[in-house]
Amino acid sequence: MNYPIYLDYNATTPCLPEVVEAMLPFFSQHYGNAASKAHPFGWIAEDAVENAREQVAGLIGAKSKEIVFTSGATEAINLAIKGTFAFFKGEKQHYISCQTEHKAVLDTLEAIEKAGAEVTLLPVDEKGCIDLETLKSHIQEHTKMIALMWANNETGVINPIKDIAKIAKENGIIFFTDAVQAAGKIPVDLAGIHLMALSAHKFYGPKGVGALYIRHNHHLPKPLPILEGGGHEKGFRSGTLNVPGIIGMGRAAEIQSKSMLEDAAKLGILRDILENELLGLEGVYLNGSQENRLPHVSNIAFDGVEGEDLLRSINKKIAVSSGSACTSISPKPSHVLAAMGRNNDLGRASIRFSLGKFTTAEDILQSVNHVKTVLERLRK
Amino acid sequence: MRVYLDNAATTAMDDRVIEAMLPYMKLHYGNPSSVHSHGRQVRSAIEKARKKVAELLNASPSEIFFTSGGTEADNTAIVCGIATYGIKHAITSPIEHHAVLHTLEECAKKGSVKLSLLDVNTKGEVDLGQLEELLQANPNSLVSLMHANNEIGNINDLMAIGELTRSYGAFFHSDTVQTIGHYVHDLKTLPLDSLVAGGHKFHGPKGSGFLYVKKDRKIHPFIYGGAQERNMRGGTENVIGIVGVAKALEIAYEDMNGHRTHVEALKKRFMGLLKENIPGVEFNGLSADLGKSLYTLLNVSLPPSEENRGMLLFNLDLNGISASGGSACSSGATVGSHVLRALGHDPERESVRFSFSRFNTNEEIDYTVEKLRELYGVSV
Repeated sequence: MNYPIYLDYNATTPCLPEVVEAMLPFFSQHYGNAASKAHPFGWIAEDAVENAREQVAGLIGAKSKEIVFTSGATEAINLAIKGTFAFFKGEKQHYISCQTEHKAVLDTLEAIEKAGAEVTLLPVDEKGCIDLETLKSHIQEHTKMIALMWANNETGVINPIKDIAKIAKENGIIFFTDAVQAAGKIPVDLAGIHLMALSAHKFYGPKGVGALYIRHNHHLPKPLPILEGGGHEKGFRSGTLNVPGIIGMGRAAEIQSKSMLEDAAKLGILRDILENELLGLEGVYLNGSQENRLPHVSNIAFDGVEGEDLLRSINKKIAVSSGSACTSISPKPSHVLAAMGRNNDLGRASIRFSLGKFTTAEDILQSVNHVKTVLERLRK
Repeated sequence: MRVYLDNAATTAMDDRVIEAMLPYMKLHYGNPSSVHSHGRQVRSAIEKARKKVAELLNASPSEIFFTSGGTEADNTAIVCGIATYGIKHAITSPIEHHAVLHTLEECAKKGSVKLSLLDVNTKGEVDLGQLEELLQANPNSLVSLMHANNEIGNINDLMAIGELTRSYGAFFHSDTVQTIGHYVHDLKTLPLDSLVAGGHKFHGPKGSGFLYVKKDRKIHPFIYGGAQERNMRGGTENVIGIVGVAKALEIAYEDMNGHRTHVEALKKRFMGLLKENIPGVEFNGLSADLGKSLYTLLNVSLPPSEENRGMLLFNLDLNGISASGGSACSSGATVGSHVLRALGHDPERESVRFSFSRFNTNEEIDYTVEKLRELYGVSV
């Protein structure tokens, strides 16, 4: 089948051919269980996993022992939040996050809130930015965690991570960041971060594998495991390791450590062309901010059209989404755009364009033309 | 010669499973939650996989939830079964897999349930009379008893246990990781509330499994964030893993009797040759009883020997034979098998779990016996 132009790299990315190549032998000949200690099938799998751990650590500048592999970022996020909540069980607990976080964070926070935690969700301004003074004002004696994402999945807006880390440090609070959209796309610096969630399929690795970075050598507690069993991953995450998936994540991390800057430079130019062309049209607005933003993302609101019609028409030639893929089946407008004060109609008639490695200038020109045609037709 | 007899730890993937997965790595890479055609194509593959699994197990597709593997599925059924039904008492046996045992111990530690462990005799059999007494005292219990033990192969009578638990209204979960794909499960007649599978135990991929939960026994989600798996399991689906697990199950059902005949013959041959050639050889649990144990597994207890004390697995490996002392999940630990300990196994004897698959041959069995004979100094 012929697929449309793909501009939904924030939802998922294709596996790089090199990544598939690296995984294949671990499907076929090297099929050992990485926990089998008595024979080479196990040793080969384990060595390969440890190599992948170093590659993933390398991408974010961590030590390999600080990487815990999971079935994906959502599980990593659940581990970070629920695992921390479990550690402090019995104490009064307060968590600070933000209204524009990914559902994986918001839903997990809701779950611990039901179990007795206090949760504060910071508001954002019309550009999607939090206010650091507001953050500070919400910190309490019993605040256990600040959970703020590195970059927003819908708008690409980047949080002031260094400043947040500083505030967390001054107050002795765990800083957890969902870096799913940033890692492998832009350099991330771990200074002041205690926990970080990563997802392989957002940086050209396979689906079904992710990691939680857990900082070592500091006095704040590490999360307790949420999955019990054989005690894999130093007890942080039980369950037979997804060896091929982990190898794929490692290889993708290694490739992206080398090529992300080049990718980002190219994609920034293409994105700007797309964005400027569209913003030049009447009744077309940017969601979010042009500063402090991922170079490959643009979220645009279209006035005078109905959201569902718009998305359906655009999707005929360009694969894009109106927000997070995880919630795209829901008819409600994006909670991110709502938090930024977009009214319902404009919020629903918003499109997230996210570019990636294989996006070409031709793709962008065709996309601009297609969007223009759709707009003209729908506005008639 | 390299002989892999550790199929209870993990199995080699069937080439047809790899073939089925490849297009979803290379070509169909969309996020199944995306509404555009990249997403829809992949969504339909997942739903087809779910339908296939349901059809083979005689369940409804709405009762099948894909997970990152058996451990996650066990954790989900147990933790969420307890939470959903306000269960205050759980019953299991000391020879369950750690994914069950540690999960229940953790629930007990947190105070959510009181945990009762059934007694097991030296053959690893549980006493259903004792189970009934416990159920009489605590009708609203969660009972978790595995279908077949991963170390000694003992098969529990799910029908009898299920009917008993059902007559008291208890929640019955079974860890069926070692039997799915090797035995037929008819979920329209089996009286259990949940069971689990890990794809890599039946020539499918690691990192992918599923949980079955009976329609009228709905449970809360375990991993939050996103509406995937009908709100039961947040996180972008491991598409290739799901496609692979369904394909592997399909292949398993295509010729289950043929595979069984082949593998059972290997086990019989192995057992016969060992008895003939190694004086003092014994078999742990019920694994020598073909009617009451897995046809895929034989747990061999060898007489005390200076040369092999603590070195038998190592010596086997030097001779090209891969086997294990017990569960791979804990084979890194030096604590020994909790299963054999519960059976009161003589620590002077060396025990090895040999586990077979349809890829093993008579020659491999003969070779293994020959090497064991050499290791035990039995003159040829």
